[in-house]
Amino acid sequence: MPLLQVENLTKTFGGLTAVADVSFTMQRGEILGLIGPNGAGKTTVFNLITGIYRPDRGRIEFNGRNIVGLKPHSIARLGIARTFQTLRLFPTMTVLENVMSGQHCRTKAGVVASLLRTTAQCAEEEKTVAVADRCLDLVRLTEVRNELAENLPYGRQRLLEIARALATAPQLLILDEPASGLNEGESLELRMLIEQIRQSGVTILLIEHDMKVVMGVSDRVIVLENGSVICAGTPAAVQSDQRVIEAYLGKEED
Amino acid sequence: MQEFLQQLVNGLTMGSVYALVALGYTMVYGILKLINFAHGELFMLGGFFGLTWLTASAFSGLLKSPLLGLLVLFLLVMAMVAVIGVLLDRVAYKPLRRSPRLTAVVSALGASIFLQNAVMLVFGSGYLVFPDVARDIYWMVGGVKITLMRVIIFLVAVCFMVGLYLLVQKTQLGAAMRAASLDHDTSRLMGIDVDKIIMLVFVIGPALGAAAGLMVGLYYRQINFAMGWTYGIRAFTAAIMGGIGNIPGAMIGGLLLGIIETLGAGYISATWKDAISFAILIFILIWRPTGLLGERVADKV
Repeated sequence: MPLLQVENLTKTFGGLTAVADVSFTMQRGEILGLIGPNGAGKTTVFNLITGIYRPDRGRIEFNGRNIVGLKPHSIARLGIARTFQTLRLFPTMTVLENVMSGQHCRTKAGVVASLLRTTAQCAEEEKTVAVADRCLDLVRLTEVRNELAENLPYGRQRLLEIARALATAPQLLILDEPASGLNEGESLELRMLIEQIRQSGVTILLIEHDMKVVMGVSDRVIVLENGSVICAGTPAAVQSDQRVIEAYLGKEED
Repeated sequence: MQEFLQQLVNGLTMGSVYALVALGYTMVYGILKLINFAHGELFMLGGFFGLTWLTASAFSGLLKSPLLGLLVLFLLVMAMVAVIGVLLDRVAYKPLRRSPRLTAVVSALGASIFLQNAVMLVFGSGYLVFPDVARDIYWMVGGVKITLMRVIIFLVAVCFMVGLYLLVQKTQLGAAMRAASLDHDTSRLMGIDVDKIIMLVFVIGPALGAAAGLMVGLYYRQINFAMGWTYGIRAFTAAIMGGIGNIPGAMIGGLLLGIIETLGAGYISATWKDAISFAILIFILIWRPTGLLGERVADKV
C-alpha cells in the first residue's frame, strides 16, 4: 500500500483552476520532488493534502485512509507535517517552545493535570523536552534553544521550521521551498539534512525551485504546469523532457 | 503613613478583583482579537449565582464549616459561569469566526445587553443583599485594619493568577495556548486543536470572572444587575493599561488600577476617583500605546 495516494485532485478558486486532475502516489521512504513554474499549483496541492483547503473533486488517501474533509489538526495527528514557503514560526516564543508546540498532538496534557503537576504529566513534559532537543540536535540548533525564534538568522529559522515539523513525529514531511533564501553552503547542508531525515524513516514531499537541491535529493520528480501534471519520472528523465523545458523556458518559435 | 497603608490594603483588594476580571478580557482578546464586552456580565453572574446558592436552604448547612462551604461555593459558581461562557462563545461568537471583527464586537455588545436584561428580569432591578458570611473578623496590623474577607480576596486572586501564569508559561498546554494566539493556522498544522483551546479560554476567563463577582458580593454584600458594566469597564481599562492580550499585564494593570483608584479617592476626592483613573490610563497610552507590558507579545493568549 502506498503511503500517500492522490487521485484526480481538483481545486478551483472562482473561475481559476489552480489544480486540475492531479494524481500521484508516494511510496514509503521515498523523496518526491514537486516542481513547476510559479503559479503552477504546487502550494495548492500542499494545502489540499494538509487540509487547509478542501478539494472540489478527488481523493487523498494516507495509509489507505481517505483524509479529504478532515481538519488540519487531525491530519497532523495522523502523521503529515509541513513547513512553509514563507516562514510561519511563532516569533515570540523560544526555539525550544516552537519545537515543543509541534508535539502537542502527541501528548494529552489536560488543564488539571498540568496545574497539579501530576507525575504522569511531569514525565510527559520531560519526554516532550527530550524529543524537542533531539529534533533541535538534528538541525544543529541546540545551542540557541532558549533564544526567541524571531532573533535567529533567516537560514536558521528555516531549519527551526523543519525541526518543529519533525517534532510532530510525521510519517510524511512536506517541505515547501526549504532552500529559498539560503546561500550555497546552507543549501548544501539542507540537502544533507533532507537525506538524513529520510534515513530516519520519514517520507518527504518537496517543492523546490533550487534545481540543484531538488534534482540532487529526489528519487522521482513530478512537474506541474497550470495545475496539471505534465511529466513525472526520475530527475534525469524529467530534465531532458521536452515539455518540461518548454514549460520553464518557453516554446521555441520556428 | 498609617492612612496610606490602609488605602494600599484597600487598593490591593479592589485591584485583585479588577485583575481577575481583566484576565478574562485579555485572554479572549489574545486568542480571538475580540473584546468580549459580555465578560462584565459573566462577572456579574458570578455574584448572582453565589447569592442564589448562599440563600438556598440546602446549602446553608454546608456553611457550618465555613472554609469547606466557601470552597464548594466558589467551585459551583465558577463551573456554572464557565458553562455560560462556553455557551456564549458557541452562540454569539463561534458562528462569526470568519466574519469581520466588528461584527463579533457588535455581537458581544448584544450578548452583554441580553445577559444584563435576563438577570434584571429574573432577579429584579434593585440591589440584592448578600448574607454576612465572614462576620466582622479582622486584625489590626500596625494600626492598619485588615479584614478576613480582604485577605481571602487577595489570596484567592493571587493563587488564581499564579496558577494561570504557570499554566500558560510553563506547561505544554500553555505553549499550545500561546502558539494558538500567535497563529491559528500554523498551530492547527502542528496538531493543536485551536477550537479546543478557544473553548478552554472561555472556561478559564469566565470562571475567574465569576470568582471575582462572588468575592465582590461577599465583600460589599450587595449586588445589582448593572454591576457587570461598572466593574467591567474598569477591568477592561486595567487590561488595556497592562497591554491587552498580555496575561501578566492584566494582573499588574488590575492591581495598579485598584491602588490608583483608592489612593485617588482617599487623598484627592472620592468623586474624582474615576476621572483620576482614566486620566492615568490616557497618560499611559500616550507614553506607551501598547500598555505597560505590551511590547512583548510573547505572553499573550
